Amino acid sequence: MTIFAGTAGPGCTISNLVTSEAKVSGLCTAKGSLSIPVEYRSIAPVLILGVAALVLLVLSATLPKRRYPGLWAGLTALAGIATTVDGIVQWANLDNPANTALTVGGQVLYDHFSAFFAILFGCATTLGAAISDSYLSREALDGPEPYVLMLACSAGAVLMAEAAGLITLFLGLEVLSISLYTMTAYHRRRAASGEAGLKYFILGSFSSAVFIYGAALVYGATGSTQYFEIFQFLTGTVVVHDGVLLAGMALLVAGLGFKVAAVPFHFWAPDVYQGAPTPFVGYMAAVAKAAGFAGLLRALMLALPTQVSSWRPAIWVLAVASVLVGSVMALVQADLKRLLAYSSISQAGYVLIGLQAGTQAGWSAASFYLFTYLFMVVGTFAVVGLTQGRGEVRNDLGSIRGLGQRNPWLAGGMLVLLLAQAGVPLTSGFLGKWLVISAVIGKGQYELALIGMVGAAIAAFAYLRVALLMYVPAAPTPARPGQPRGEGGGEPAVAPTGPGAPSGLAEVAGDLEALATAGLGATATAVALRAPSTARLRVPRATAAAIAVCVAFTVFAGVSTPVLSLAHSIGLTWSL
Amino acid sequence: MSFPILDVVVLLPLGAALAIALLPRQAPMALPKWLGLGSGVVELGFVLWTVVAFKTGNNHAGFQFTSREPWFGPLGISWYLGVDGISLFLVAVTALLFPIAMATRPSPEGALPRSYLGWMLVLESACMASFLSLDAFLFFIAFEVTLVPGYFVILGGLGERRAYAATKFFLYTFAGSAFLFVGILATYLLVAARLPAGSPASFDIITLARGAMHLPLADQELLLVAFGVAFAVKMPLVPFHTWMPDAYTQAPTGGSMVLSGILFKLGAYGILRWGIFLFPRAAVDLAPLALTLGAVGVVWGSVVAAMQRDLKRLVAYGTVAGVGFIVVGLFGFTVQGITGGVVEMVNHGLSIGGLFLLVGMVWERRRTHELDQLGGLQTVAPVLGWVFMAVLLSAVGLPGLNGFIGELLVLLGTFITHRWWAVVATSGALLGAIYLLWAYQRVFHGPAKAVNAGIRDMTWGERAAIAPLLAGIVFIGVYPQPLLSRIQPAVDHLVAHIEYADPSLKIPSSGQGHGTFAVPANQVVDVPAGTTSSAAAGRGGRP
Repeated sequence: MTIFAGTAGPGCTISNLVTSEAKVSGLCTAKGSLSIPVEYRSIAPVLILGVAALVLLVLSATLPKRRYPGLWAGLTALAGIATTVDGIVQWANLDNPANTALTVGGQVLYDHFSAFFAILFGCATTLGAAISDSYLSREALDGPEPYVLMLACSAGAVLMAEAAGLITLFLGLEVLSISLYTMTAYHRRRAASGEAGLKYFILGSFSSAVFIYGAALVYGATGSTQYFEIFQFLTGTVVVHDGVLLAGMALLVAGLGFKVAAVPFHFWAPDVYQGAPTPFVGYMAAVAKAAGFAGLLRALMLALPTQVSSWRPAIWVLAVASVLVGSVMALVQADLKRLLAYSSISQAGYVLIGLQAGTQAGWSAASFYLFTYLFMVVGTFAVVGLTQGRGEVRNDLGSIRGLGQRNPWLAGGMLVLLLAQAGVPLTSGFLGKWLVISAVIGKGQYELALIGMVGAAIAAFAYLRVALLMYVPAAPTPARPGQPRGEGGGEPAVAPTGPGAPSGLAEVAGDLEALATAGLGATATAVALRAPSTARLRVPRATAAAIAVCVAFTVFAGVSTPVLSLAHSIGLTWSL
Repeated sequence: MSFPILDVVVLLPLGAALAIALLPRQAPMALPKWLGLGSGVVELGFVLWTVVAFKTGNNHAGFQFTSREPWFGPLGISWYLGVDGISLFLVAVTALLFPIAMATRPSPEGALPRSYLGWMLVLESACMASFLSLDAFLFFIAFEVTLVPGYFVILGGLGERRAYAATKFFLYTFAGSAFLFVGILATYLLVAARLPAGSPASFDIITLARGAMHLPLADQELLLVAFGVAFAVKMPLVPFHTWMPDAYTQAPTGGSMVLSGILFKLGAYGILRWGIFLFPRAAVDLAPLALTLGAVGVVWGSVVAAMQRDLKRLVAYGTVAGVGFIVVGLFGFTVQGITGGVVEMVNHGLSIGGLFLLVGMVWERRRTHELDQLGGLQTVAPVLGWVFMAVLLSAVGLPGLNGFIGELLVLLGTFITHRWWAVVATSGALLGAIYLLWAYQRVFHGPAKAVNAGIRDMTWGERAAIAPLLAGIVFIGVYPQPLLSRIQPAVDHLVAHIEYADPSLKIPSSGQGHGTFAVPANQVVDVPAGTTSSAAAGRGGRP
């Protein structure tokens, strides 16, 4: 408790920030004593996920191995659903403003933002478990461990969103990160997986160190690590020599920027996305990003709103760099997972655009964006996981070729998810961009709005290319009889090199291929054109359900109000 | 009118598309076709009913059949549909062209592919929503959504470079829309900031128009430019047109018909409804720029069309010229000019849509668009030749056919206020006659080469497909009054709105050109809420 007593400083006077007087006085009586009043209600999502992880471990030790296929995934999904339900209950409970509070010794914020992210991480866990099961059994990797890690990771993520101070944020960050390092390296028989895990671990630990150094500097400058106390100090004090504070803020942003893969802290992302087991990548892309942004949003908007003029330009640069670098680099990728990695970098840029607006609108836009991106990215990686084949033999663009024939429903779902990421209307991706851009236009930053939209147009080409490849015939189809054959020398630059791809294919699909591979290097082109098998692709039931949920949600959130209203009412709780 | 007819018009094709997508694999091959065509015909019936029930007269200048439901409540977005004289006939042309376009097979062999029918129906729905939307957000969504079905329709063609063309189409328009996106949001937020306390911010056109005309002029101009870029890409106006010849030529026949006949109208309609109407003062200031682009488009499009060796490309470049003409009419700001522009949009749908249909018929017979390979078709296929000639003359603007009415009004209206641009545009009418008739000569006249001698004439099915278009072409040419009497009150109101916004603008035509179809100047025009009082006051107060 000494930490709290020592750092609390003017802790009791934060009452002007907290709507409930009673809660604050309760906290103050606890100060200095060893008994911290724990509001279990507020940390229930963390508890559910953490306890579920332990239950899984215990069960795995007692139950015979491989007796109940799907048990681990089922339990994990159940825990995810329980977390989601609990988040909804919390949300309903918080509709009474008196319930909003700083709990557990001032370390946890119990508000709409926390509940919203609890729902988000609950959904991510459920979907992640649903898409992992078939992958793990296909790769002969099944066991309880990845699910334990997934649950722990989600618990850490929820904790990051709930944190009321940099220390709790760091705790959550570490729980999340360490689980993710292990999940990345989980594919024992794939060298790329181990390599990616190691790379992620080294760079991730480094970024954690950067983060904690930043937290220390902020503590040095302001005398606290608690958001509201930092805010209190900075509103009441003019920091004349703010070098330490600025350095601390910069390091905080860098540390969390690494987690969300914002340019220039993005170098790990393509390698890790490429190497890690595919369903985990979908889960990781959603959760790590959302958790990192939840922490960043909280830290910048609750603790450092007074320094907005200092951090806004920095976030501006990160946002523009992420959007442009992500979009442009996505164009030249021949590997589907790398392409999606750059796409996720670009998507992080849009959240940053919302964040840098520094307003209520930007705050809820970023939350909405993260929530809807979860469904897009998990669904997309689920499809990639299906097309890559056993042992992840094919992750190149060509692996998705002909999906429209192999499984029209799957291709249709993938099309919706790709269009959503491109930001086409009637999908949630469009609405997310709309909200984000609307937030910055509200600040009069037209140039940023235009950069963002131009970035979206660039990225659209990358998504279209994938969509196009899905509808290039995978099978050597006979040229249509009406087709003028062999006239005008329409030989494509690179002939298909795949087994059993006769020259007839080149004539029908030559242009499609030429476009689908435009800008790729010669080797990459040859790889991308290797047609996969033409057998009908079978989709395991749980994965199919998860993809269906993702697609349905992407459309639902794009054409209806509920999710939007939810995001819209976040953040009204704390008077900023 | 309690029956939500416009909602039905927007949603019916979408429902049919869903039904086609969900049909089981084992369903009879003909079922999707009849489902698609049937829904298209029912849709046409609903639209014709709207046209007939549409109230004319100066008391009905505002939006009719309106239907409004809140959609994204917190953001001030609503599902808000309505039709006025400007959009009415564009909707009618859309409903007319789509069933015909759906009946044309994208590939000569086999049944109509389901995907083609489905995407065409989605496209029809999106076009209808764009024309009928009175909410900027809804309009943007519909405008943007046209890209996806448009993309797949082009991809369904037989052109060798169709993927390239489809992607170019998508990306160009998507990039253009980025400006529209920012423009709409900026307009909304700037207007919202100036609303009196307590009144909710909204994306509906009345609120936006009321607020936007009072924004600082510099802001208005920037916003109009942002809107204008998106619409100019869609139209396409020179120099934003480079995607167009590829897209139109690579698309299947039906795709070219709706792309050129309907989709590009979205741009022209957009600049009128969402550009000129929202920012009248800025529009007046920027008119020389728009007029110049339009006039350049007319001349340049005609010249390039004349130099084409490919019949379909020739018609495609003709579209550039036609767009330029419409823009010249719209930015004349006279009742005649704008009415002419709207009539030209309708005409263009009929005549260019018809031309693409006929070019498709030629292609089905000869499997080529090369002008060198064609020739002498008149003797072996006389009916095709005559029909081609009729549609072509409508495009050229022969008196007695529809093209003449539109061209005359455009030139007359713009000549009054912007003389020299009208003069340049007039040369376009001449050039149009040159390249079209020359093309006709090369395709149909002369001796039939050996390969051309054996082709068959139009089948009855083909005659049935072109007949509605011909009927429209002749009807508008001979008796345009039903058209003009419905368009003109809305245009009158728009001109009054422009005059009110910019009192320094003197539009002589509204004093002189009243002979046939304008209202007496002192009569108060009934306009929808919001702009009503201001616009009517401005008009009534003029001597």
